[in-house]
Amino acid sequence: MSSHTFKPDMPPPSNSIGAVAWMRANMFSSWLNTLLTLFAFYLIYLIIPPLLHWAFLDANWVGTTRADCTKSGACWVFIQQRFGQFMYGYYPPELRWRVDLTVWLAVLGVAPLFIPRVPRKAIYGLGFLVLYPIIAFTLLRGGYLGLDNVATTEWGGLMLTLVIATVGIAGALPLGIMLALGRRSNMPAVKVVCVTFIEFWRGVPLITVLFMSSVMLPLFLPEGMNFDKLLRALIGVILFQSAYVAEVVRGGLQAIPKGQYEASAAMGLGYWRSMGLVILPQALKLVIPGIVNTLIALFKDTSLVIIIGLFDLLNSVKQAGADPKWLGMATEGYVFAATVFWIFCFSMSRYSMHLERKLDTGHKR
Amino acid sequence: MQNQIGAPKQRLSLSDPKVRAWLFQIITIVAVVSLGWYLFHNTQTNLQHRGITSGFGFLERSAGFGIAQHLIDYTESDSYSRVFVIGLLNTLLVTFIGVILATLLGFIIGVSRLSSNWVLNKLATVYIEVFRNIPPLLQILFWYFAVFLTMPGPRNSHNFGDTFFVSSRGLNMPAAIASAGFWPFVISVVLAIVAIVLMARWATKRFEETGVPFHKFWVGLALFLVIPAVCALIFGAPVHWEVPKLQGFNFVGGWVLIPELLALTLALTIYTAAFIAEIVRSGIKSVSHGQTEAARSLGLRNGPTLRKVIIPQALRVIIPPLTSQYLNLAKNSSLAAGIGYPEMVSLFAGTVLNQTGQAIEVIAITMSVYLAISISISLLMNWYNKRIALIER
Repeated sequence: MSSHTFKPDMPPPSNSIGAVAWMRANMFSSWLNTLLTLFAFYLIYLIIPPLLHWAFLDANWVGTTRADCTKSGACWVFIQQRFGQFMYGYYPPELRWRVDLTVWLAVLGVAPLFIPRVPRKAIYGLGFLVLYPIIAFTLLRGGYLGLDNVATTEWGGLMLTLVIATVGIAGALPLGIMLALGRRSNMPAVKVVCVTFIEFWRGVPLITVLFMSSVMLPLFLPEGMNFDKLLRALIGVILFQSAYVAEVVRGGLQAIPKGQYEASAAMGLGYWRSMGLVILPQALKLVIPGIVNTLIALFKDTSLVIIIGLFDLLNSVKQAGADPKWLGMATEGYVFAATVFWIFCFSMSRYSMHLERKLDTGHKR
Repeated sequence: MQNQIGAPKQRLSLSDPKVRAWLFQIITIVAVVSLGWYLFHNTQTNLQHRGITSGFGFLERSAGFGIAQHLIDYTESDSYSRVFVIGLLNTLLVTFIGVILATLLGFIIGVSRLSSNWVLNKLATVYIEVFRNIPPLLQILFWYFAVFLTMPGPRNSHNFGDTFFVSSRGLNMPAAIASAGFWPFVISVVLAIVAIVLMARWATKRFEETGVPFHKFWVGLALFLVIPAVCALIFGAPVHWEVPKLQGFNFVGGWVLIPELLALTLALTIYTAAFIAEIVRSGIKSVSHGQTEAARSLGLRNGPTLRKVIIPQALRVIIPPLTSQYLNLAKNSSLAAGIGYPEMVSLFAGTVLNQTGQAIEVIAITMSVYLAISISISLLMNWYNKRIALIER
């Protein structure tokens, strides 16, 4: 018996495996692609090295005054020195623990909602939604329970940005849901009112709404009745945002198959019970990603309160940059603010994408 | 049937859905009307107490302040209504430039995002993720305060071939001054366009009848270049260029784009392009790969596949969200109030409101302008959308 031994397999040609092959396939597959790759590398070369030098390698990290910034790069000392102002605005430094506590309470309070095994989430969540705003308002504003009163004019920085965004979305959600239901209503009068309301707010820029709420609201109200600036801005933001939320929710309502409406009617449920027990739970689940997206838009839009003179994160940065002691630090300030905004918006958008995947339980047809 | 047996007479009852619907609507109307009346009443009394006379008479009064950029002639003695027109034109200018640039940039980045080229793909992704997550107002302020205002003065400006100068005063560029051949040139361009349209119609008709293709693009291009060129040869050049020159501390002659305009258009273009890129990407991805394969199997080459198969189908998905991005851009142009570019909000709702104190009238006018812009853009896009949708079988 002669045994036949095969020759061992030859390794694949060296240009079809490994980094070289990958680069050939993904970067240099044709002369056009090669050209584009080279162009892209040129762009990267133009942007990245100077940016790295400015932001890290040549940056000034330690010091207390402007004179300490001797190197050619960014002067992060400025951010370090003004960090408190950027985060809390003019909130009295010795009372800032109250803001921190509010944030921690929010984080701790929301955390159980994200743990799958916690029972009775709906009841807990509802209780949290009712209790937390009261606690937060008491803590932030004070005036009761021996807490010193801090006027809203002293609120500022990232804290104010977060306050406007959360109050804005929390106020806009119920109003938006009602508007969406109204727009889909069979009653012409209700429908016309809702459509007009929604289209009006969607057609005008937020700036004019803020202008209106700061200039015209005092005229609309009876004499002597006066709101503070923050509340006026919040009313404007809520009205504006509710129109966008309404359109998102309407999308969800339209996506629910007609059979669900008919089935709930066949069960003998009236309008409110069929909406509350059958349609809305499904529709709202569908539109959670959309609502997160409107929240992102709202979060970016909070920066507009600069126009009516509230000191949110962006305005604090702008003010600090105009300080004679720190002239010429505008770039550092804006880059810092941009980073903070970016971290919030980017993580929210990732979360919304994650939700979209998780909640996609087969409603799409 | 029931009536014959003698059904009980219909009575008004709250458990009748029709009655409830009527009741509900009446309550809604009464609530809306009384709220409106309440606000109107309060406003009337407040205005009386403050001694403000309402009405639009103030529009005829003289404004008495200077404006940094006006597309039409303006002096300080002109009326507020002229200020309004200037603000409106400046808003439209930013929107117009922004829409064109953002569309171009957005399409380039959206296509790059789909490219098989890894580096380009990642670069486009980073661009989109960075710029759409930073508030537009912050971007505007950044470009204005951190970039354009920190540029060197006119004497040390960045010089591009002695014709374009970028300094803290903005971009100085050559101005086109109409000369003798201007009107003949305009007429010749119109003629060329008419000729191209006629040629395209004829070519399409012939193609449909005989199947003989015609190089519409190349012939059209030739027509567009040759007719005006011949005209320019006969009547002389349509324009001559006036190059800006440094005199003392500033430039003389030429056109100048103020830094506010540059910062605003740049920021809005970059911000909106990130959104448009995502729209373009999802639009192109929505056309299934089978369409490309089918086109290939019919013998179409790359170009025709793209032009006749992919793009028409992708556009149908792209147009509606693109419209809302254009609307957003028009609305975001109001952020100019943050840097003082003289457009509707900063000029009219800002300066004019402060000077005259006519809050209600000014805000109402401003809001209706934006509503009108919104409605007309969406009407235009709806019309276009309908035209495209007709292709569907």
